[in-house]
Amino acid sequence: MVLTTRQAIFAVARQLTNHERVVSTTGYICRDTHAAGDRPENFYMIGSMGIASSTAMGIALAQPGETVVVFDGDGAALMGLGALPAIASVAPENLIHVVFDNEAYASTGRQPTYSSSVDLAALAQAAGYRVVRKVDTEAALLSAWQEIRKQRGPVFLLVKCVPDEGAPMERVGLEPEAITARFMEAIHGTNERF
Amino acid sequence: MTKTSANPGLSQDCLDALRAQRFNFFSGVADSTLASLIELLSNDPLGYVPAAREDLAIGMASGAHLAGRRACVLMQNSGIGYCLNALTSLNMIYKIPLLLIVGYRGYEGKDAPEHWVMGKHCTALLEEIGVKTLVPEAADLPRAIEQAAGWMSGSQLPVAVFVRPGML
Repeated sequence: MVLTTRQAIFAVARQLTNHERVVSTTGYICRDTHAAGDRPENFYMIGSMGIASSTAMGIALAQPGETVVVFDGDGAALMGLGALPAIASVAPENLIHVVFDNEAYASTGRQPTYSSSVDLAALAQAAGYRVVRKVDTEAALLSAWQEIRKQRGPVFLLVKCVPDEGAPMERVGLEPEAITARFMEAIHGTNERF
Repeated sequence: MTKTSANPGLSQDCLDALRAQRFNFFSGVADSTLASLIELLSNDPLGYVPAAREDLAIGMASGAHLAGRRACVLMQNSGIGYCLNALTSLNMIYKIPLLLIVGYRGYEGKDAPEHWVMGKHCTALLEEIGVKTLVPEAADLPRAIEQAAGWMSGSQLPVAVFVRPGML
C-alpha cells in the first residue's frame, strides 16, 4: 500500500517520546508535523529551507544526552547537501535524520526533485552516517523506527513516500518568537535569552 | 600555525574576549583573514565545528543557541549571500542571536575582483535586513566583540563584527 508523506510523518510523530526533540523543515512537512500533534519539543522551521539538519546537529552537539530528530524533505536535503558530510564526520550519536522523500517539491506544486533518480540513502551511506535505513511502507517504517532509536547515530532514515492529495494542513499558527521561547524552555529548562 | 598570523597576540585577545562574553559554540567556513582565530579555537576546549557552506554554519549555531549555548559563526564576507535566507527567515523572526565574525575582503576596493562588489556593499546589505555591523580598528577588536554581545543581548538579533585582512 502506498505511503503518503503525511501518513509517514504522523506515524513517526506518534512514536515520539517527550524527550525527543524534533526540528521540522519548511513547507508541508512543517504543517504536517504540527498537525500530527503540537508539542513544545517541536521546532517548526517555517522558512530557511535546507538548514534544518544543520540546526538539529547544533542542538545534538550542545545536548549530547538527548535525542534530536530532524524531519527533512528530499528537496530540502538536496538544498543543504553539504550538511551530510559534516553530520557524518562530527557524528553526533544522538541525531536521527529522517528524510520524507516524495521526489517532489510538494509544497510548491509538486515540481520534481532529483531524488527520483538519485538515492539519498546511498549519499548518506557515502557520507558516512553510522546507520542508514530505507523504507517505503508504514509497517517497515514503524519497525525501523523501533530499531534505530536504540542505535548509536548519526542515523539516516529515508522514507520513500508520495505527495498527499487534497488540501494541505493549516499553517503553523504560532509566532516564530513564541516557537523559540517555548522550545528553549522545553529543552533547556529556561527560556533565558542571550 | 599553518598560516602566519600578522598579530598572534590580537587573535588571543579576541579569543579571550569571546570567552569573557561566554561564547561557547563556534561554527563557520574557512577564511584566510580569520585563519589564526579559527586555529586558536580549534585547538581550544571551546572548539570549532566547520561547515561546508555559511548558511549551514548559521543553522548549526542557531541550533546550539536553542539548546542554551552562546554561538558564533566565522566566515568571509563572500559567504554573506548564502546566509541571507537563513538570517531573514530564521534568526531575525525567531529572535535567535548569533555573533558573526566576518573577514572583510574587498574593503575600500583594494582586493581581487571577485571581492569588489561584496566588499562595497556587505555592511549595508546586513544593516538593510536589520543586522547591526561593527568595523573596528585592530586594537578595538576585543572591545567590538564585547559591544556586539551587548547588542545581541538587547535585541536578541545577530550582530556582525568585520575583521579586515592583515589584522589577525
